[in-house]
Amino acid sequence: MKVIVPVKRVIDFNVKVRVKTDGSGVDLANVKMSMNPFDEIAVEEAVRLKERGTATEIIAVSIGPQQAGETIRTALAIGADRGILVKADGPVEPLAVAKILKGICEAEQPGLVILGKQAIDDDSNQTGQMLAALMGWPQGTFAHKLEMKDGKADVEREIDGGLQTVEVKLPAVVTTDLRLNEPRYASLPNIMKAKKKPVAEKTPADYGVDVTPRLKVLKVVEPAKRQGGVKFKTVGELVGKLKEIGAI
Amino acid sequence: MASLVIAEHQNGMLKDATAKTVTAAAQVSTPVHVLVAGSRCSGAADAAARLAGVEKVLVADDERYAKMLAEAMEGLIVSLAPGYDAILAPATTNGKNYLPRVAAKLDVPQVSEILKVVSPDTFERPIYAGNAIATVQAPEGKKVITVRTTAFKAAEATGSAQIENISAAADPGLSQFVGEELSKSERPELTSAKIIISGGRGMQSGDNFKLLEQLADKLRAAVGASRAAVDAGFVPNDYQVGQTGKVVAPELYIAIGISGAIQHLAGMKDSKVIVAINKDEDAPIFQIADYGLVADLFQAIPELQAELTKAGY
Repeated sequence: MKVIVPVKRVIDFNVKVRVKTDGSGVDLANVKMSMNPFDEIAVEEAVRLKERGTATEIIAVSIGPQQAGETIRTALAIGADRGILVKADGPVEPLAVAKILKGICEAEQPGLVILGKQAIDDDSNQTGQMLAALMGWPQGTFAHKLEMKDGKADVEREIDGGLQTVEVKLPAVVTTDLRLNEPRYASLPNIMKAKKKPVAEKTPADYGVDVTPRLKVLKVVEPAKRQGGVKFKTVGELVGKLKEIGAI
Repeated sequence: MASLVIAEHQNGMLKDATAKTVTAAAQVSTPVHVLVAGSRCSGAADAAARLAGVEKVLVADDERYAKMLAEAMEGLIVSLAPGYDAILAPATTNGKNYLPRVAAKLDVPQVSEILKVVSPDTFERPIYAGNAIATVQAPEGKKVITVRTTAFKAAEATGSAQIENISAAADPGLSQFVGEELSKSERPELTSAKIIISGGRGMQSGDNFKLLEQLADKLRAAVGASRAAVDAGFVPNDYQVGQTGKVVAPELYIAIGISGAIQHLAGMKDSKVIVAINKDEDAPIFQIADYGLVADLFQAIPELQAELTKAGY
């Protein structure tokens, strides 16, 4: 079974985000970029499926600028077999990403697509679900545990009230939550090997997809700031204050 | 035309998230209709019919919607879509699960987790874990929107809408519910609690969370946790408050033994009053807390218990 793992290049999760003063967006110049952490969990899960003999080939896909090729290399170093870079400068919205991935799924016929539940830049939480709908496939979102069976998969999902398990027919889309696994670090030999793995370059037009954003971003601002307040020395003072303001 | 709100409900009870989504919907397009899809959900439908501003409640009472699985929900909502120019769902794990499927089928870009309706086609939404707020304008045509419910007031229960039963849509049979493990608690739910007491890595063990639960019971509060506490296995995942967990905005948020990682702050910084108890006076949580107490939590919690008892709680 082939597994496709879409990976997104985003601002590194440790970087403090700065909003541009002209309100046009977030400053990405000279900022460390990394693979979306949820996608890293997806790559790890795919590699584990291959190690268990369930997956035969793992294809890492990224849609973005030329540098998104580095994100694909990271996936290859963790254990993906080959890559597809769909080159697009500027933001590509989830629906356009889903349409490109649909084209790739039609060409590659995977048994499973596994990707992060959301990217930590736009926090949309849409791409996996949209791809599943466009393909007419089931989905197991926010996966906490994934168990492959014959032609089916059991996905244990993190939901508001706890955990829910659904059985989905394959092919299916699975999106990862934080506790699905802990991604490994790529070893130096694997990083070297990854450089030799094939990466095909494509464009959105190859899949007949127009990636012009349809949502217009009018402005981006910093959220209202909270100020630190008073520090108390004793619990009594704290409780007194909370009673005074009617908070308890 | 009108807007359609997809109701969040459980065991025949309508959730507060629905009433809040109705408020957002009324600012996008009126009249507002509510779809209650589920099994034996007439109680939720009756409650939805009482929400102010709701003109009609559509009820699809069928076993296939019992767990609101995304594949079945997609078919039902898409079949109703022609009658509406906006479709809204609360940004719960249910709404996040099924609504992007609907958007894709309608070929509409979804606007996720709106905080504010600026005008019927323009919305504010958080990006970068709430470290930036984007104002986005949706294109002409249908709007498909998930709503961050903490940002909207609940519609009041002063209305009386008509209730109409509708038939189920075709079931694609792609997925099946297997089972669930839901946290059982007498305490209020995190996302609708007035007071939340959260613990972090500083709690040191799951057993120590009992201390927080005792406090919570005194204040009729919900118990939450930071990602660190969940990852360490102290409490289940549904306790997690933060960027990737639950976003909460109670009247009072008490963070105990939580240092204040940016991902946690993203989930609770809209709380009205924030109290932090931490022994590290440089912990980032103090930079956003209205009231702080630099103390060892294992001393502070029993003292807090005693003070509250003294004060009659």
